Amino acid sequence: MEPEVSELDLASLVDKVVGKHGATRDAIIPILSEINRVLGYVPAAALPEIRRRIQAPQEGMFLADSHLYSAVSFYQMLSLQPIGRHVIRFCESAPCHVIGGRQVIQALQDELGLKPGQTSNDRKWSLLMTSCLGVCSVGPVFLIDDDIHGNVTPEQVPDILARYE
Amino acid sequence: MKVLRSMVLVSVDDTSLARGAQDVFRALLDEIDEFGLTDQVAVTTIRDVGIHEDTPLVIVYPDAAVYGSVTVADVHTIVEEHLCKGNIVPSLLAMMHEFGPETGWMRGRRGALPVQKRIVLERAGIVDPESIEDYISYDGYQALGKALTQMTPAEVIAEVDKSGLQGRGGAGFPTGQKWRFVASTPGSPKYVICNADESEPGTFKDRLVLEGDPFSMIEAMTLAGYAVNAQEGYIYIRGEYPLAHRRIENAIQQAEAHGLLGDHIFGTDFSFHIHAHAGAGAYICGEETALIESLEGKRGMPRARPPYPTTYGLFGKPTVVNNVETLANVPPIIRNGAAWYRQVSSSKSAGTKVYTILGNVNFTGAIEVPMGITLREVIDIYGRGMKNDKKLKLVQTGGSSGTIVPASLQDVPLDFEAFRNAGVSLGSGALLVCDEDTCVVDLAKAILRFFRNECCGKCTPCRIGTLRLYEIVSQISEGKASLTDLDLMLRISEAMSEVSNCGLGQTASTALRDFMKYFRAEIETHIVERACPSGVCPVLHSMPDSILTP
Repeated sequence: MEPEVSELDLASLVDKVVGKHGATRDAIIPILSEINRVLGYVPAAALPEIRRRIQAPQEGMFLADSHLYSAVSFYQMLSLQPIGRHVIRFCESAPCHVIGGRQVIQALQDELGLKPGQTSNDRKWSLLMTSCLGVCSVGPVFLIDDDIHGNVTPEQVPDILARYE
Repeated sequence: MKVLRSMVLVSVDDTSLARGAQDVFRALLDEIDEFGLTDQVAVTTIRDVGIHEDTPLVIVYPDAAVYGSVTVADVHTIVEEHLCKGNIVPSLLAMMHEFGPETGWMRGRRGALPVQKRIVLERAGIVDPESIEDYISYDGYQALGKALTQMTPAEVIAEVDKSGLQGRGGAGFPTGQKWRFVASTPGSPKYVICNADESEPGTFKDRLVLEGDPFSMIEAMTLAGYAVNAQEGYIYIRGEYPLAHRRIENAIQQAEAHGLLGDHIFGTDFSFHIHAHAGAGAYICGEETALIESLEGKRGMPRARPPYPTTYGLFGKPTVVNNVETLANVPPIIRNGAAWYRQVSSSKSAGTKVYTILGNVNFTGAIEVPMGITLREVIDIYGRGMKNDKKLKLVQTGGSSGTIVPASLQDVPLDFEAFRNAGVSLGSGALLVCDEDTCVVDLAKAILRFFRNECCGKCTPCRIGTLRLYEIVSQISEGKASLTDLDLMLRISEAMSEVSNCGLGQTASTALRDFMKYFRAEIETHIVERACPSGVCPVLHSMPDSILTP
């Protein structure tokens, strides 16, 4: 199901988030991150809402929607499209690669029937590739939502996935 | 809690056993019990250490004294003199000239193997990271108290300068000098930024500090703020480290509640505020000017330099940007003095280095040792040898942007100086150990895929270069490349390292160039024979490895 956010909800969410982080330049990325965390993505309609609350030309603070768009589209943890309810982020950096990462990503793809970057039709899973997650001593590693799974073998993949509703 | 003072190892390889190692082991346990040291000394056995003349060996840590050959009659003396009184017994030490070729490097240590020496990680894992009381009871805030009440900002900078502390983020720039630049640059306000956007593949040393000892970052940043006359600091934590972010936020709140952060710290005129800032996932934001752009709410694209952040940094103001590990060294330096810091390591580079050991070894994790340790020592002692007794093929030092060290160069000491001279980088301290089953083409592909994904796209050589190199290496792994492609790769690589705007493009092909230098035959085999000697590249057939073994 497509997460529907009404205009009213979006405006009040942006209000709350901007109120928490402050209407300053250095709060832009934290604001975008928090909206992404709450909704699973940053809807395009949120950008003008944020811009209106932060922009303050009389104080020399000029901001355009395109500026916010350029930021959202740059960072890997922010998304402009809704993604799956559970997001798998698989570490494809060299340290995980040399100790068996290749076999684990293959097992994940086979089990889910997804290629890297794809979301399942029922929107349950998104399989994304990511750079180093900083837990290399227990590689191969992948992240499901906020849970880190380390020392993974291909055989364990079905069991791990079964834990998620 | 049981606190172990020493650890004793007894060799139990075949020759040792034949010469009575078991009796020595039993006698040691008895004598240690006799002296009432059972709770303080651990005794264990080790297999072959490569020394066969002077067996059985008894190795006593942390002094790393190697005794041999030890008989039951010697045990009493070793326990009484060394374990009880703390004196090494020279007459019983093993003869160093009898060390075989595998352990020849031990001779340089003059009877002492390097032991871990913790400065950066001294509290990590020992204190409660969410309690400022715990931090204070472990020497916390002594340095800041000393600096604010007894030292001028110039004296703080001079002390850091004298300590020889160099940036641990990768470039090795002298920290004292950087602080002096910012302090002497006109302009106000000034900022202190702690670069905690640790994204170099294979590196997690900063996470250990942020999660295990967050208050040390707050104290160190406040010290830096005092030294350069800044009132505000930002700590930029990568988005993938939510726990580190929570702990830092908690540390900021507790420090403010105790009057150790905020207005009038320690009742002086000095005020300093810190903001915890989370990134949103971008390797490039570890580059200091990209980090500043990202802090300002933009895409993390590196600026053109000069001007450097020391003159034109955050919001256009003079800014100090220091890595987590660098800052973690500052409070101990102020507390104990520059002279103390200087004597920690015997090499030209001062202090310790935190390394992360990864890959095909028996033990993976982080260690902190004095500068100047060799890769062989790291692998044999801390990595506990290669996994499944495979042969070492290569080590990538310093993360994915780092250099490739073939097995033949593993005795180069790891410090800024020696590493530069041998053309190898210390980088972030990640040591990726790869065994004989690793295919260099496959590894190069994984490394270049990382840079292709993480390139920010601002400058042309990097944007096109990372993509083209990845494409060519992919073609090699599929048997679709020709030998002339190798020359093309070298030309692209050279152009990237010379004209890219920032470190990412300049170092993206470092590993590739080293692969061409040390493992060209293996790469050419992929092209000419359409074969992968390690049997890794899926499309190609594998070959008996005897063909390529020199």
